[in-house]
Amino acid sequence: MNRKSFKGWLYLLPALVFIVVFLLYPLVDVFVYSFEEGYNFASQSYSGIGFFNYSYILHDPYFLQAVKNTFILVLITVPLSTTFALLIALALSSAPRLKSLFQTVYFLPYITNTLAVGLVFMILFKKTAYTDGLINLMLAWFKAGSVDFIDGPYWAKMFVLCFYTIWIVLPFKVLILTSALASVNETYYSAARVDGTSRTRIFTRITLPMISPTVSYLVITGFIGAFKAYSDAVALFGTNLNAAQMNTIVGYIYDMLYGDSGGFPSFASAAAILLFFIVLTITLINLMVSRKHTYY
Amino acid sequence: MKVVLQNLTKTFPGRLRGEAPTTPANHLNFTIPDGKLVGLLGPSGCGKSTTLNLISGLLKPDSGRIFFGEDDVTDLPAERRGIGLVFQNYALYPHLTVLQNILFPLENLKGKDKMSKEAMLRRTDEVARLVQIETLMARRPAQLSGGQQQRVAIARALVKMPKILLLDEPLSNLDARLRLQTREELRRIQTETGITTIFVTHDQDEAMSISDEIILMKTGVIQQIGAPQTVYDDPENLFVAKFLGTPPINVFDGEVKDGGVYLGDDRILEAPELKCGRIIVGIRPEGFVPDENGCLRCTLERIEVMGRDRSVLCRNGACANRIRAIVPATKDVKMAGDTVRFSLMPDKVLLFDAQTEERIRV
Repeated sequence: MNRKSFKGWLYLLPALVFIVVFLLYPLVDVFVYSFEEGYNFASQSYSGIGFFNYSYILHDPYFLQAVKNTFILVLITVPLSTTFALLIALALSSAPRLKSLFQTVYFLPYITNTLAVGLVFMILFKKTAYTDGLINLMLAWFKAGSVDFIDGPYWAKMFVLCFYTIWIVLPFKVLILTSALASVNETYYSAARVDGTSRTRIFTRITLPMISPTVSYLVITGFIGAFKAYSDAVALFGTNLNAAQMNTIVGYIYDMLYGDSGGFPSFASAAAILLFFIVLTITLINLMVSRKHTYY
Repeated sequence: MKVVLQNLTKTFPGRLRGEAPTTPANHLNFTIPDGKLVGLLGPSGCGKSTTLNLISGLLKPDSGRIFFGEDDVTDLPAERRGIGLVFQNYALYPHLTVLQNILFPLENLKGKDKMSKEAMLRRTDEVARLVQIETLMARRPAQLSGGQQQRVAIARALVKMPKILLLDEPLSNLDARLRLQTREELRRIQTETGITTIFVTHDQDEAMSISDEIILMKTGVIQQIGAPQTVYDDPENLFVAKFLGTPPINVFDGEVKDGGVYLGDDRILEAPELKCGRIIVGIRPEGFVPDENGCLRCTLERIEVMGRDRSVLCRNGACANRIRAIVPATKDVKMAGDTVRFSLMPDKVLLFDAQTEERIRV
């Protein structure tokens, strides 16, 4: 190593130390943990090395439930929330007079605390000894039977979770899409008007391609965010998510580390590694798809 | 197709509270003959772009009518007026290729106007050849130079065979050399298609060099309409005289007394019919002739050599700014001390009323 490059590395040292200690080492360590069988926190010892941890969690019905929940959540909320956000942003940008008012209204959920919102959703959906909850009261108008959304059937709980997730991620997406729409140069629309372009064609051939980088950004971060969902489920269904059949992968990892059944860092690590590869795969697929349809 | 504007008026409310409304088109009346290339000229903010947008239909006038030929198009939306519009920034769709961009207007056609794919391609081929971009059809706009983008924009505007072609500042995004080339190009395309063309510009050079006719505007009011040379030689008012010509006209504060026009103590013109009092005198730079016995005395500052001719820069008490006179390089400038004397070409000396700034013709 010559003098010059030594100096360069010296300057990089502080940043490198941080990255290695706080990013790289934990990542590698999780990977290592996930292969150490029967790891014991107290004695820091393990009985062997192999794939037992993976095999265990893949046979654990709670984990499989969590994977299923997470996938349902991702596949429903990401497309729906992005579509809704796009529709709302389009409506906002075509109503300039009320834009700032509605923008504020739509942004409120974003600055509201997750747990506080969870409480509100409980009031809306939960059945107690005293009341059936607001939604059930409304369902009764249509002569529909009341459903316990919080402690009831699986589909009802999943509906509430998806509804909640969409509602909480919508403001951010609306905000980003409104500014993306506003940044499209007005003369493109004038040119399209002179050429007699229909509204649908303007949207599909001009607006959508112009904001496609933003849309693909939202889809990718949306997928990643939804895969890492946990606090939303806790806010709605409490901490015992396994019992409620509403656990997510991140929730499962947390339970394995600290929950009632806690103290299994090896299982948690194996689950974390699996989650990592799931997210990686999906993101790569996303990137490949968006590269085809995104104009930068 | 001829274009007629009758009493066309458009007012915008002030954007900020308390700001006065602006009237970028104030009772415009003019007729553009069929098949002519017309330049809408004026300083920025004079309403020329608004006028163009009114003709295109992107803006609705508050009052007045617009006719294309004999048809009243005032209430027609832009897409039904049969115009082609080229935007200042070209507005080419960046995600589409050149071919797709030019096809775009054709693909919008519906009902009985709908064209087959082959017919569309034949048409795009034709316009591409006209503006000479046949080899660029597969590229994206970002891969084109400014001049090429401009041609694509013109091709896209022409592909629907509009009756009228409108161009908003077509050359302002090009560099100086390209601008010269492109304006020739514009003239050629217009001549070949014979389509009535209106273009907006703030550059008098541009307007004068290629237009059949120029329309000079200021704060929403038409100042003068006519062939470029006529407007230059015979301006209606001081604004027109100042706006046209590079270098600009030299403006003096003169005085009429004893049947003549005086600049300071120099009697430069016999004008027995003029009333005594103050008068504005404009002298074109090419109107100065160095002459030992000339009537106008100036203090010489320096001489700039420009090859073909020379710029004589000097001062005179009657003129607030430095005077610039253009004299042929072959002509000797004789001076006594630092005083230089000029005689003046009569048709290059223009007189204006000191109050109204309207032209006084002698």
